[in-house]
Amino acid sequence: MATNQENHELTPTEYIQHHLSFNAQGVNGNTTNEGFWTIHVDTLATSVVLGLLVMLAIWLVARKAHAGVPTKSQAFVELVFSFIDNQVKNIFHGNRHAFIAPAALTVFLWVLAMNAMDFLPVDWVAGVASLLGGEHAKWRPVPTSDINTTFALALSVWILMIFFSIKVKGFGGWIHELFCSPFGAPSFKVPKSIGGLIALLASPLLFLANFAFNIIEYISKPLSHSLRLFGNMYAGEIIFMLLGMFAASGIAGTVFGAILGAGWSIFHILIVALQAFIFMMMTVVYLSMAHESH
Amino acid sequence: MNINLTLVAQAIAFAILIWFTVKYVWPPLLRAIETRQKEIADGLAAAHEGKNALEVAAKKSEVTLNEAKQKASEIIGQAEKRATQIIEDAKGTAITEGDRLITGAKAEIDQEINRAKEGLRSQVSALAIAGAEKILRKEIDAKAHSEILSKLAAEL
Repeated sequence: MATNQENHELTPTEYIQHHLSFNAQGVNGNTTNEGFWTIHVDTLATSVVLGLLVMLAIWLVARKAHAGVPTKSQAFVELVFSFIDNQVKNIFHGNRHAFIAPAALTVFLWVLAMNAMDFLPVDWVAGVASLLGGEHAKWRPVPTSDINTTFALALSVWILMIFFSIKVKGFGGWIHELFCSPFGAPSFKVPKSIGGLIALLASPLLFLANFAFNIIEYISKPLSHSLRLFGNMYAGEIIFMLLGMFAASGIAGTVFGAILGAGWSIFHILIVALQAFIFMMMTVVYLSMAHESH
Repeated sequence: MNINLTLVAQAIAFAILIWFTVKYVWPPLLRAIETRQKEIADGLAAAHEGKNALEVAAKKSEVTLNEAKQKASEIIGQAEKRATQIIEDAKGTAITEGDRLITGAKAEIDQEINRAKEGLRSQVSALAIAGAEKILRKEIDAKAHSEILSKLAAEL
C-alpha cells in the first residue's frame, strides 16, 4: 500500500523526499525552485480550499442563526462559538467581539482543518496527485507542516500585535514602552556623590536593556508561535511516513504498520486539536498583551 | 523548508478569512446567542414573578374565603334568628286569631242560642195561645188575653 507504482525500486530516502517536497511553482513558470519567488501550490490550494469550506460552512449556519430553539447544526456552531468566546473572555478584557474573538475563531477553525489533513493517508494523497498530474506529481496535504503557512499566520498576528499596541497606546506610547519597560525608565536627578554621578552616567543603559529585552520578545513570539505548530505537524507527518515505510516491508510490517498507524492517528487527533487550540490561545494572548500597557 | 511567496499568499488568505469572520460570521451568531440569553433571563424572571404572584393570589384567596365563610355564618345566624322570630310572631298571631275566632264563635253560639230561645218562646207562646184558644174558645176575648200572654212569654 505504501509505495507508488514506479519502475525502479523506491528507496526509503526517495520515498520520504517525495512525500516531503512541495508542489512548487516559480512565478516565472519554472516548476523548480526560484528562491523567494516560488509558490507552494499544494499548501496554498489546500489551505485556501479548507479555509473557504470551513468559513462558508459556519457562515451558512450563522446567516440563519436565530434566538429560538436552535437546529442541530446551529447548536454545534454555537458550541464552538461559546467555547472560543469563553476562552477569549478569560484572557482579553476589552471589547472582544470587535476583532479578537472572531479572529480567534478563524484561527482555531482554519488551523484545525489544516492540521486535520494529517489524517489523510499520505500515500493516497500522493496517489491521487500522481493520477492527476503524472508520476512525479507532488502534493503535501498538510498546510501547517509547511513553515510558510505557520509563519504567515504568526507574522500576521505579529503585525496585528504591533498594530494594536500602537492603536491602544499611541505611537509615542509604543516607543516609550519599547525603551522603558519592563525594567523601568531611568530617573535623572542631580547627583550628590561620585557613585550617584556614575549611576547617572550609566542610567541610559537601562534604555538599552529594555529595548534589547523587547526586541528579543518581539522576535521570539512569532518564532515560538509558528515553530511550535510547524514542528508538531511536521513530526506527525514524518511518523506517518515512517509507518508507511514499515507497512511496505512485508506482511508483518503491513499488519504492525496498520496497527501502529491507527494508534498514531488516534493520538494525533489529540495533537491536531491541541495544537490548533494552543495556536489560537497564543494568538489571543499576544493580541491581548498588546492591549495592555506596562 | 524555504520561506517563499507562499507566506505572503497565506497571510493574504488569513487576512481575508479573518475579515470574513469578523464581518459575516461572528455578528449573527453573537446576536442570536445574546438574544437567546436575554430571552432565557427574561423567562426566568417572568417565572419568578409568576410564582410570587401565585403566592400572593393564594394568600388573597384564603383571606377572601375566610371572609366569605364568616359572612355566610353571620347570614345563617341572622336567618335563623329571623326564622325563630317569624315563628314566634306567627305563633302569637295564631293564638290571638284563635282567641278571636273562639270569641266570635262563642258570641255566635250565644246569639244562636238566644235566637233559638226567642223562636221557642214565640212558638211556645203561640202554642199556649192556640191551646188557650182551644180551651177558652168561646168566652175569652183573644185580643184582651193575647197581651197578657205575650207578657207571659216575655217573662219566660
